Amino acid sequence: MSEPQSALPGRRAAGFATVAEAGLQGMITLRGDLASPVLAAAVQQATGCAMPGPRRIVQAGDRAAAWMSPDELLLILPHADAPGAATALQAALAGEHALVAEVSDARAMFAVTGDKAVQALAKLFPVDFAAMEPDEIRRSRMAQVAAALWQAAPGDWRIVCFRSVAAYAFGLLDNAVRPGSELTA
Amino acid sequence: MLILTCPHCGVTAEETELALGGEAHLKRYGPGDSDEQFEAYMFARKNPKGVHFERWRHAYGCGKWFIAARCTVTLEVFGTYPAQTARPPADLLAAIRAKRPSADLSDWDAATPEDAQ
Ligand SMILES: [Zn+2]
Repeated sequence: MSEPQSALPGRRAAGFATVAEAGLQGMITLRGDLASPVLAAAVQQATGCAMPGPRRIVQAGDRAAAWMSPDELLLILPHADAPGAATALQAALAGEHALVAEVSDARAMFAVTGDKAVQALAKLFPVDFAAMEPDEIRRSRMAQVAAALWQAAPGDWRIVCFRSVAAYAFGLLDNAVRPGSELTA
Repeated sequence: MLILTCPHCGVTAEETELALGGEAHLKRYGPGDSDEQFEAYMFARKNPKGVHFERWRHAYGCGKWFIAARCTVTLEVFGTYPAQTARPPADLLAAIRAKRPSADLSDWDAATPEDAQ
C-alpha cells in the first residue's frame, strides 16, 4: 500500500492570520432524503452527530455532519475511518433512495486561524460574514473556485475545496493574510 | 449588483455565486409540433423592459435551480421560488400587479385548477 498524501502536506503561511493545509481528512458525501429517520440514524452511527438543520454543521470531537443542500450532507471524520464508515453507511441505507461516496482524496482542507482570520476570508468570499452564525456552514466561492467554510471554534475557520485547485486555494489564502493587508486594525 | 435569496437554502447570494439559466416558464414543443412552435420555443424570448421571470442556479452554493421575478430596468427583485413550480405563486403575482400595474403578466391571467385549490 502506498502512503496516503494530502494535497499540500505541511504547507503553512503566517501573516495577520495563520493558514495551514489541514492534512488528511476523511469526507463522505451523502445524498438522500434528509427527513428519513433511517438516514438520520445512519448519520448518527457514522459521526455521532444529530441531523444538521439547513446550512448548519453539527460537530462532535473529530467528526461532523454538515448540511450542503436540501438533499446532501458532508460527513467529516478521520481519514483512516472513512472507507469503513462509507461501507457501513451503504449497508445501513440499503433500500433507502440514497447515495454514499467517499470523497476524502478528492478534496483539500485548510485551517485559517487568528483573531483577524475573517478579514482574510472576507477578501475572497462573496459572503456576509457579519450575518454568519457560529454553527453555520457556507458553500460559496473563494475567488474563482468553489469552496465551503465553517468554524471549528470561534475564529478557527476550516475551508474545503477540490484537491485539484489546492495550490490555487493556498496561494489565495497566503496572499490574503499578508501583513499590512488587514481590512481594519 | 443583483442579490437574490435562494429559496432552497435561504442564502442571500450575490450574482457571482449564481448562474443565469434564461427565461423561466417556457412551454416545450418537440416532435409532433409545428416548425413555427418549435422555432419559437428554441429561439423566441420575451426580453421585456420591466418584469421578467428567469431561471437561476445557486451554482456555488446548494446547486439547486430556482426562479426569480425581477425588474430588468431597476433590478428590483419581487421574489424567488423553487424551479419545480409550474407558474408563479399567486401571492407573488398579486404583489407584482400592485407594484407594476402596466406590466404584461397576461400569461398568468387565466385561472388554473391549481389556483382554485
Ligand atoms: Zn441555495
